[in-house]
Amino acid sequence: MYRTMVLTRLLDERMWLLNRAGKIPFVVSCKGQEGSQIGAAFALDPARDYVAPYYRDFGVVLRFGMSARDIMLSAYAKAEDPNSGGRQMPGHFSSRTRHILSGSSPVSTQIPHAVGIALAARMRGEKLVTYTSFGEGSSNQGDFHEAANFAGVHKLPVIFFCENNLYAISVPQNRQLGCAHVSDRAIGYGMPGVLVDGNDVLAVYEAVSQAVLRGLNGEGPTLIEAVSYRINPHSSDDDDRSYRSRDEVEEAKKNDALEVFRDELMRCGVWSKEDEEALRKELQRVVDEATEYAQKAPLAEPETTLDHVYAK
Amino acid sequence: MAVKLYIDAIREAMQEEMRQNPNVFVLGEDVGLRGGVFRVTQGMIEEFGPERVMDTPLAESAIVGVAIGAAAYGMRPIAEIQFADFIMPAVNQIISEAAKLRYRTQGDWHCPLVIRAPYGGGVHGALYHSQSVEALFYHVPGLKIVTPATAADAKGLLRAALRDPDPVLYFEHKGMYRAIRDDVPEGDFTVPIGKARVAREGDDLTVITYGLMVHHTLTAAERLAADGISTHVIDLRSILPLDREAILEAARRTGKVLIVHEDNKTGGIGAEVSALIAEEALFDLDAPIARLCGPDVPAMPFSAPLEAFYMLNSTKIEDAMRKLAAF
Repeated sequence: MYRTMVLTRLLDERMWLLNRAGKIPFVVSCKGQEGSQIGAAFALDPARDYVAPYYRDFGVVLRFGMSARDIMLSAYAKAEDPNSGGRQMPGHFSSRTRHILSGSSPVSTQIPHAVGIALAARMRGEKLVTYTSFGEGSSNQGDFHEAANFAGVHKLPVIFFCENNLYAISVPQNRQLGCAHVSDRAIGYGMPGVLVDGNDVLAVYEAVSQAVLRGLNGEGPTLIEAVSYRINPHSSDDDDRSYRSRDEVEEAKKNDALEVFRDELMRCGVWSKEDEEALRKELQRVVDEATEYAQKAPLAEPETTLDHVYAK
Repeated sequence: MAVKLYIDAIREAMQEEMRQNPNVFVLGEDVGLRGGVFRVTQGMIEEFGPERVMDTPLAESAIVGVAIGAAAYGMRPIAEIQFADFIMPAVNQIISEAAKLRYRTQGDWHCPLVIRAPYGGGVHGALYHSQSVEALFYHVPGLKIVTPATAADAKGLLRAALRDPDPVLYFEHKGMYRAIRDDVPEGDFTVPIGKARVAREGDDLTVITYGLMVHHTLTAAERLAADGISTHVIDLRSILPLDREAILEAARRTGKVLIVHEDNKTGGIGAEVSALIAEEALFDLDAPIARLCGPDVPAMPFSAPLEAFYMLNSTKIEDAMRKLAAF
């Protein structure tokens, strides 16, 4: 888990750097949300379960089999990008073989899709759970409420996973939610609502594991809200200085899930400074190679713009 | 061949496909126990059970969104929207998701989904139970749109839609459910999406139309025939894709074209058909292209005289045809 968290972080930082250097046009960041994502994704079984992720879920898709190279091909919008061949912005993950359902940019649209997969699997007698994630801002969209209610009525094995990072671009949580917590909404849909510290990767893992069990046992959906903090601006085109203080961001960094987990591992004696250095060095090389490969990879032929509107 | 009602042909298409293909299922509001407010799915829950004829919560975006997820997973959902007017909350799911899933994943995922919706007016349905919404979706590559005018086409097109690998909007005119009956072939037949039908052969003028207006046009054509005016009538059947060859051939055949639809005139399907003919067959024409359509008001009013004013009928179509024939 820690390894995937570090890889997620290094990729994120590299993409941000490449954007600032003018090499790639756009990035969304998951920095600060790795604890939520990795905790959740490791409670799922990539061979069995399906994910309908949102655009920050880099940690989730790495767990579901995407490689650093795949992420970089997408960042550079190259033909070989497995998500969309460079058609979509980075963060719009997709891979049928890896059980990652393609998503779009209007938020929350993926949530009913996750319910549909759970419904289809149940109709076919296949045991799985579907995971779908979204921010606290997205939890105000009709699609969230309609899908949660649908899953509640039909007791479908769906995990509604809110990655509450406290901001929907510039609008803070208290301007997004009429209630105290997204998880409070669960009762309206007949499912448990679980509030968990998104910076505590093991607590997230535990909460999602329980939800997986519920789903597999036919007990229906669960709504989990993992609260963390988006350390970077909303996207590479956003400047968060207009809506939050530097003090607040610096304070949040002290609870960074990555550091919390590393310190915990070291305290338990299963991780050392040397381990950390070796891992960083190894993963840095992975990210370097992925960057280099993606940079050199060919772009799509312009005429392919016309392909794949309908089946041939 | 057996004479069947339009509504029965739709139901039979669903039943037969569901018997053949375990992946096909219906979901929507009231489709189960009630058998649909129009009784289109009547009796189906008894045969297929509540899982395959699924009553859903009243939430159109979820009906379509859940169907998209199921379709992506490999099922063949038929999502019923109770009235086409109520498709609006699901428009984002249809346009942003269903239409683009194949494109944005380069064919890795696709969405074999059928959305059925009763549309059209003349049944005292007022503003929100009378609309024609096909033009809203006509602008969206990735979707297919069909509007059968006969029982045979209703069955054949629905079967074709249920075997199509891409999302198909299937608009059934509610005014035709029990008013239209015709010969429906026996056995496993389909009507290909994208092919128009010559509803009547003629040499003096061409009318291009679809849906309920096909029948009003045929009635008007009979009256013109009594006066020696011969009308060629094209039933488009498919709105998206349009049958370009059939449209151009029919326009060239008579040199005079009238396009008739119940939907508003501005930005309607007629505008596209007209532009196509103007681009490709202008010098084969003997008269300006004419359009007869619903008026450009927001929707159809409830009261009888207002509704009658809005709605096209065979007399209005006959007048437009005579005017064009005399040009």
